[in-house]
Amino acid sequence: MRKLLFFIPLAAFSILGVLFFLQLGKDSQYMPSALIGKTVPDFNLVSLLSDEILTQEDLPNGPFLINFWGTWCPACHIEHPYLMALAQSGITLVGIDYKDEKAPAQRWLVEKGNPYQMVLMDEMGRFGIDMGVTGAPETFVVNRSGIIVYRHQGEINEQSWQQLKGYLK
Amino acid sequence: MISFRLLVLCLLLNLSSFAWAEEVMSFSSDLNQIRYQSLVNELRCPKCQNQNLADSGSGIAVDLREQVHQMIEDGKSDQEIVDYMVARYGEFVLYRPQHSSATFLLWYGPFILLAIGFTIFVSVIVRNRKRRNGARL
Repeated sequence: MRKLLFFIPLAAFSILGVLFFLQLGKDSQYMPSALIGKTVPDFNLVSLLSDEILTQEDLPNGPFLINFWGTWCPACHIEHPYLMALAQSGITLVGIDYKDEKAPAQRWLVEKGNPYQMVLMDEMGRFGIDMGVTGAPETFVVNRSGIIVYRHQGEINEQSWQQLKGYLK
Repeated sequence: MISFRLLVLCLLLNLSSFAWAEEVMSFSSDLNQIRYQSLVNELRCPKCQNQNLADSGSGIAVDLREQVHQMIEDGKSDQEIVDYMVARYGEFVLYRPQHSSATFLLWYGPFILLAIGFTIFVSVIVRNRKRRNGARL
């Protein structure tokens, strides 16, 4: 019995070693959203396309994506063609023009095409704070019952879409 | 206490990398300003891995500082402001984690280990003393 006590440090070391080893290679930048499992927060935002004030009542039914973008955001330029392709394949996208100005945003949609069913202007970034956004692009997946099920930080591309689309139902 | 912590932080992070990112803000009272300072020092910037809101120059940190400022001036309590941030950004933003079952070991683990160590220490001493007394007899 007393001999076993000498193995306590070794045992503790092995347990910690396994624990640390399992954490290796994990994305340390990954941060889960606090909004998973909740509905989209209330909002009153002006539509970029029609100048109407829209609320969460106006959000589309069924599964859709909420995509935060801005003309100031380089990754959004890269992401845009992929969003166009998604829209063409029948995915519903809601765009949030995050901390941006109206004129360049409208020009962007005319020049590059509009993948969004509706675009809301969040000029001050208040809705962004309500959604727990830390920058752009960021995309939330909202399921059929209006619950936020996934958040992706960074651009959507072929690779990240494989993960996102599993939640879109 | 907080200034001591800042001092330690300075020394640890090397003085050169330490800079305040601060806007000019007006407060209706000195108390509000102190509350603001302590809140932005204790809330973590959600964009950056290891910076608080006060230190970070990222866009979201600027916005959140303004949000804290506004909520303080609107008469919100510190707890309300912290709850507001946690509801949106999760417990990640707290440098001082809340007491819950998930953080039990984090908060009390060191004390539990200390108690175990102390118990072992005492029992070893007691046993050694008994043995010495036994040898003398």
